[in-house]
Amino acid sequence: MINIINLNKKFGELHVLKDINQTIEEGEVVVVIGPSGSGKSTFLRCLNLLEEPTSGEIILEGVSITDKHNDVNRQREKMGMVFQQFNLFPHKTVLENITLAPVQVKGLTKEEADRKAMTLLRRIGLEEKANTYPNQLSGGQKQRIAIIRALAMEPDVMLFDEPTSALDPEMVGEVLEVMKELARDGMTMVVVTHEMGFAKEVGSRVIFMDEGRIMEEGTPKDLFANPQNPRTQDFLRKILV
Amino acid sequence: MGIFDLEFIAQYYKYFLRGTGVTLSVSFFGVVFGTMVGVILSLMKLSNNKLAKGLSTAYIELVRGTPLLVQLFIVYYGFPMFLPFEMSRIALGTVAVLLNSAAYVAEIIRAGILSIDRGQMEAARSLGMTHSMAMRFIIIPQAFKNILPALGNEFIVLIKESAIISVIGIHDIMYNADTLRGITYRPFIPLFYAAILYFIITFTLSKLLGIFERRLRAGDQYN
Repeated sequence: MINIINLNKKFGELHVLKDINQTIEEGEVVVVIGPSGSGKSTFLRCLNLLEEPTSGEIILEGVSITDKHNDVNRQREKMGMVFQQFNLFPHKTVLENITLAPVQVKGLTKEEADRKAMTLLRRIGLEEKANTYPNQLSGGQKQRIAIIRALAMEPDVMLFDEPTSALDPEMVGEVLEVMKELARDGMTMVVVTHEMGFAKEVGSRVIFMDEGRIMEEGTPKDLFANPQNPRTQDFLRKILV
Repeated sequence: MGIFDLEFIAQYYKYFLRGTGVTLSVSFFGVVFGTMVGVILSLMKLSNNKLAKGLSTAYIELVRGTPLLVQLFIVYYGFPMFLPFEMSRIALGTVAVLLNSAAYVAEIIRAGILSIDRGQMEAARSLGMTHSMAMRFIIIPQAFKNILPALGNEFIVLIKESAIISVIGIHDIMYNADTLRGITYRPFIPLFYAAILYFIITFTLSKLLGIFERRLRAGDQYN
């Protein structure tokens, strides 16, 4: 579904991603782990060109999105993204946050978009928040709404950039629950996270990154129980205590 | 003969009325077109196009670095030399004021746009919106709310500074007050009334903007 070929990213002198090659299949839940500064967030952000790769190619469903001749906006519609800091639009109500892109980008009517948004809100149990503004919500609620805002565009892939890192501990669970449900429904997902429990439970593959390279990958079972690369062993030892 | 000399007012109020009309219309067109030009300049300065960026930066620096009086004379004497059509004195005065204000407005708007967290642009783009859609629906509405006080301040400055157009013979409040000084040989009274008129205009505007700002803030309930 997504082919990543020789992806490189440099910020000036800093070489953040080094020759990344990956294929992400439909329905996979790929969890990317690694120490901070390992390039995992940059890797994710390159997938929908929030960061422009320095070299290499990214092919989504057979269409190169790094090719300048292709309309990146059309490709981005197929990739939903959830951010660490939620990035809800503070001047729009929850409902408007969800319906803005479907109406403006996909050309849905307001009624259709509203109906779909309400269905999504009901799924996460927040339909009574439809007309409130984001700053009246808790972090966990904000992030769940950010997830369904991305889902409202009916993407083929969902990208998560440390979706629970900015949350109070007691709110992490509710967000992970929504993500797990998505995974069970067969959504293709790429998740950068420190939640190893999530990786073990729903991850189909775990990628360990360090210093801009993919050091090791495998099923969660293999990678967590029997890491081969010394760096992976070191990292897991530090976080799993 | 006190400060509120009814006889004086009865005799000369028409000077003040006409002057107020002129000041208001120059200010109005100065604010409206100055803001339009300012928006364009700020977008140029924020764009990735080097030429647009350079032109806009140079313009803003030049305008901010030279006196309005000099700019006024340059427009007043310079423009007619290059324009294929005639422009009235008042139009030239308005152009000078708006070109000056545009530079300041541009910087205010640019700062407002930059003050919006870049996560907002990223979220909008990740949903498939184009750059201009994101600007229109997400960035500019939020920036606008933030810059309204600074923009209102700039409008008030413009109204006050517009008094300078009296030196090229535009019959605004200041010019007419000065005329009355000549007619009556009384320097203080006409200037005092002129000051009151300017104050009424700017104070009213600042109150109106205050109401408008509160309305906008009411929309987001918290904050």
